Parts: sequence; structure tokens; C-alpha cells
Amino acid sequence: MADQADFADQAMEHVGALYSAALRMTRNPSDAEDLVQETYLKAYRAFDSFREGTNLKAWLYKILTNTYINSYRARKRRPEQTEIEDVEELYLYRRLGGLEAAAAGRSAEEEALDRFTDHEVKEAVESLPEQFRIAVLLADVEGFSYKEIAEITDVPVGTVMSRLHRGRRALEKALWQFGFERGLVGDRER
Amino acid sequence: MHDGDSCQETIHRLYHFLDGELTEEKRAEIRHHLDACHPCLVAFDFEAELRQMIASKCRDRVPDSLRAKVAAAIGHELRR
Repeated sequence: MADQADFADQAMEHVGALYSAALRMTRNPSDAEDLVQETYLKAYRAFDSFREGTNLKAWLYKILTNTYINSYRARKRRPEQTEIEDVEELYLYRRLGGLEAAAAGRSAEEEALDRFTDHEVKEAVESLPEQFRIAVLLADVEGFSYKEIAEITDVPVGTVMSRLHRGRRALEKALWQFGFERGLVGDRER
Repeated sequence: MHDGDSCQETIHRLYHFLDGELTEEKRAEIRHHLDACHPCLVAFDFEAELRQMIASKCRDRVPDSLRAKVAAAIGHELRR
């Protein structure tokens, strides 16, 4: 059983990561601050149910995700969008010249990645439907395993894998669209 | 030999490989393919770079006011 007196010491180091995740979820700084504050309060009150030696960060993310889904999303009364366009594998890579460039030994497509701004990347992530966005955030930004994401989001591992698969490809397409609009990348579709 | 069956199979497992969610046996199979197939290797490198880029660009500065609010809320609970 975890002691509440230790809570601040252990939990506060994750505030930056939780705030970034909250921003991607709510897409609004003031809601994100409220969400993080509420998460910490709930976590503090429930800290004696946290099993020491297990993953505190995953436990905090579970509270954050549940709080977001139960209060913030409910408040907006938006139906949950569960469909997402099917995008082919290596979408961005192929459009950045991918296979031809590889044959020529160039890494122009990796250089192109550096030209995306923080704002564009955040917007692209935030453009994904919620369940895909949360899965991608937890895996690619926070580095959680499939099993941890399944526990945090309360779905089977197979569902996590499918959301990640589709969400990541949709994210590549969203990035490419930003890049194309700004003239960073050409239309190299073949 | 690119675009052969084993390339398709390799690209298909790309996410699981980068996620570290494959058995050692399957990882070895993929490494073996990547050693011999430059186009697949470059595609894997690109996806790994992309993921790093996304993670590094999705960070936000935490407002000092938020740290203070969280600390105050917990302090308030402690005194209850």
C-alpha cells in the first residue's frame, strides 16, 4: 500500500507528460490544466489503492484518460467517432520519395521530417479521432507497451493494435497534408 | 528482391518490430531480412525517425501556474 505522504514526490515528476497528453486530448490549454489538476486530486485520494512497485506513470495515465472520457468528452456531447479512413502502409515515406531515394542512397525523406513544426505535428495528432489519438499518444509519445495501453484504455490488446495501426497511418497522411499545403513536400504519389 | 513476399511480410510487421512487441524469433527473422534488403532497412529507419520526431515535437512547457495549482490542491487535501 502506498503512503499519501510520498505522493507529491513520486507523482509530480510526471506532470509535464500528463499536461502534454491532456492538451492533445482536450485541445484547449485551460481544459488541459483543469484535467491535470483533477487527475492529481483523484490520484492523491486513491493513492492508498496504488500498489507500490507497479507502474505509477501508467496508473496516472489511466486516471487521466478515464477523467477525460467521463467528464470532458461527455460535456461536449459529441458522438464518439470510431471510423477512420483506411490509409496504406508507409504513406508518408512513399510520398517523400521513399523507395527511389533509398535506391539512390539519399535520406532526403528523413531531412523532410525536420521541417515539420511542433505546431503542425501537434495539429496532426489532434486531428485523429479520439480513440486512435489516445492510442497513438500513449504508444508513440509516451512509449507504453500494448499491454499497458490495453489496461489504461480498458480494451483488449487486439483493439489497441488495430487502433495503433490505423491511427499511425492516418497520422502520416495528416502530416503529409500539412507538408504539402506548406510546400515542404511534393506530391510524389505513385 | 524488393517487393517480394518477404518484403511485404517485413513491412507488415514494422510497427510490431519498432514497438518491441515481437518474439525473439520473429525479431531475428526481420533483422535477417533487413541485413539483406536495403530498401526495407531504409523504410524501417524512416518510420523510427518519424516516431522520434513525433514524440519530441509533442512536448509542451508546463505553465508554472499549473504546478502551483496542483501543489496547492494536494496541500489543501493534506490539511483536511
